[in-house]
Amino acid sequence: MGLTGLEIYKQLPKKNCGECGTPTCLAFAMNLAAGKATLDACPYVTPAAREALESASAPPIAKVILGTGDRAVEMGDETELFRHDKRFYHEPVVAVEVADALPEEEILNKVRSINDLVFERVGQRYQVEAVAVRHLASEPEAFAKAVSLVADNSPLNLVLVAEDPAVMKAALPAVANRKPLIYAANAANYEAMTGLAKEHECPLAVKGGSLQELADVVDKITALGYKQLVLDPGARDISRAIADFTQIRRQAIKKRYRTFGYPLMAFTTAQDPLMEVLEAVDYIAKYASLVVLRTAAKAHFLPLLSWRQNLYTDPQVPIRVEEKICEVGEVNENSPVYITTNFSLTYYSVEGEVEASRIPSFIIPVDTNGLSVLTAYADGKFEAEKIAAVMKKLGIETRVRHRRVVIPGTVAVLKGKLEELTGWTVLVGPREASGIPSFARSQFA
Amino acid sequence: MPVQILKEKSRAAVQTVTLGATPEQGGTRSHTVTIGGDAALPFHHFEGEIPHRPVVAMEVQDIEPEWPEPLKKCFAGVMKEPGRWAEKCVREYGADLIYVKLDGADPEGANRTVEQCVATVKEVLQAVGVPLIVVGCGDNEKDKELLEAVAEAAAGENLLLGNAEQNNYQSLTAACMVHKHNIIARSPLDINICKQLNILISEMNLPLNRIVIDPSIGSLGYGIEYAYSIMERTRLGALQGDKMLSMPVLCTVGYEAWRAKEAYAPVTNFPGWGDVEERGILWEAVTAAAMLQAGAHVLLMRHPKAVALVKENIDRLMVNNAY
Repeated sequence: MGLTGLEIYKQLPKKNCGECGTPTCLAFAMNLAAGKATLDACPYVTPAAREALESASAPPIAKVILGTGDRAVEMGDETELFRHDKRFYHEPVVAVEVADALPEEEILNKVRSINDLVFERVGQRYQVEAVAVRHLASEPEAFAKAVSLVADNSPLNLVLVAEDPAVMKAALPAVANRKPLIYAANAANYEAMTGLAKEHECPLAVKGGSLQELADVVDKITALGYKQLVLDPGARDISRAIADFTQIRRQAIKKRYRTFGYPLMAFTTAQDPLMEVLEAVDYIAKYASLVVLRTAAKAHFLPLLSWRQNLYTDPQVPIRVEEKICEVGEVNENSPVYITTNFSLTYYSVEGEVEASRIPSFIIPVDTNGLSVLTAYADGKFEAEKIAAVMKKLGIETRVRHRRVVIPGTVAVLKGKLEELTGWTVLVGPREASGIPSFARSQFA
Repeated sequence: MPVQILKEKSRAAVQTVTLGATPEQGGTRSHTVTIGGDAALPFHHFEGEIPHRPVVAMEVQDIEPEWPEPLKKCFAGVMKEPGRWAEKCVREYGADLIYVKLDGADPEGANRTVEQCVATVKEVLQAVGVPLIVVGCGDNEKDKELLEAVAEAAAGENLLLGNAEQNNYQSLTAACMVHKHNIIARSPLDINICKQLNILISEMNLPLNRIVIDPSIGSLGYGIEYAYSIMERTRLGALQGDKMLSMPVLCTVGYEAWRAKEAYAPVTNFPGWGDVEERGILWEAVTAAAMLQAGAHVLLMRHPKAVALVKENIDRLMVNNAY
């Protein structure tokens, strides 16, 4: 997305003075384009040129940080409309809402449930990162009380939802050091809200009733000198929200429209909590950097957080599992041994089917740099020598009494060599993981 | 500054494919179902027409399948009778189509005869008025014979038949030509093979508007992101005018989702994962919702509650969002 060396060169003074440490302006421009130099090294660049170059080299979507310390999460700083063009970088923050109108005990119960939305699956850890406190109570002072209660009982990041600046002002100081998101500035209250955000250096959400209204409020706030913003175009229907989010993302990336160059946020609205999850799935797919839900049930978040993780994986870097002896079920010294690769999809497909065979087994994922079986074989990373060495290194012979090992059907050709190197009997398994249960029943039952 | 809406005009649209045939058209269906025709990215009504909503086909098998308990209990008492099973899916659960999976034909499994399987298809045709998708058991030899027999026995019904694969498409394509059915072209999560297979099938003169792509998705948590990106690229290709990527897309959502242990493992085994019932429903529904965002036209699904959620999701996504 950045400028080319020649485009940068046109803006430079072309004196070739060498004071930047590079002999010519053209060479300096090339270094700038490659990110190997900064404009500060040039003493003669004009202010106009500096502004043009800086705005062109700034990321199309600003990075905005919610929270502080270990819990801080980055939102925005995205560069693509489609993950296949490069990747999506910063997983959206998932927050759960609690209303200040609830009795204290119910607030505490919900906060405990939210704190507990942490999951382990396929060797990864997923979690909900924030609690949103919404002002619904009729008495204004309920908000500050609820915010402090939540802050005292949760280490998670905070989103403060109250559009009356007086209510916000009463609650914010006590938790400002946690860098909560202030929700929200709108056409009516933006001056006061921006003042609060500036004073406490907290990120500020901006809400508009339409794209135009949103753009107008954002421009007014940036004119006041504040740029730690998160955008809410106000749409609560999925179809409208997806259109608005797509417009905002497209204009920020393709047109470099600075007004829309900030992360986006969405609220689910469905009454059925399962439907809320589908709304959140859509918002995560279509560019939201923060999604606020009301449900706090574990069964609802494992699917949602898995989707977030899947969508934000780097398409160019396969996910790997650790090369070790993995146990499926209650294994013993007679359990079968399967060999596969450490590409996580390959490994977990095999693991799922071995589990489905209901015969406790060992699986050894050989480190192939995350390549699948055939790709790794074609690339010379999944050969008899390598497999034999890994079996030896991990000491599988001390874990089982038998000497039989199963290799994937697609690399049947490795059988002879592997038998020669290990002295084990090599069984050729099915070509697809889905064939493992029937293979296992015929071989090991 | 006034906000300028950015619209991207497409050079072409996704093919439309019509499934089923009414008595006037030579079949016995109460109505037909048309899919595809999208002239924009999924649900971008603001920049191109999306004339037909994505549809949900509910799965019925010829033998009682080994599905997880939370799923089976939704079909208690009808799983041994495909006709009644299908009727329940349409009447009670609102299935747009019925997907008949003839797993019982598998020579390694129940090994039902071709005649028995054809009888199952006829039973389902009798029981419901919606168009049918019929897919074999996956054994190449058996499926060749089986699908030819189904194609002939259901001539005129304008079925969607599968699966044609790169090394095994000729007999099914010929059967679809002779008996006027539509074909599922299944490729192994590879856009080049997908395109190649569409070329091979169309070179046998089956019109493009009788082909549906099955990209072999992975479920949520098991490679869904690969399918997501391949489907996005397929749609972009279709909109840019690549005819050989322009067919509607079908996703085997139920089969993939219910294979994942996250969908069925009891909470006693994974105390941190929460209630298995809703977790399973969502594993399937989230897989479907994600595929809709990537451009799915036909979702093959199993759990009635997941189907209801996804149909509501589709209703809401089909609301016009023009500026």
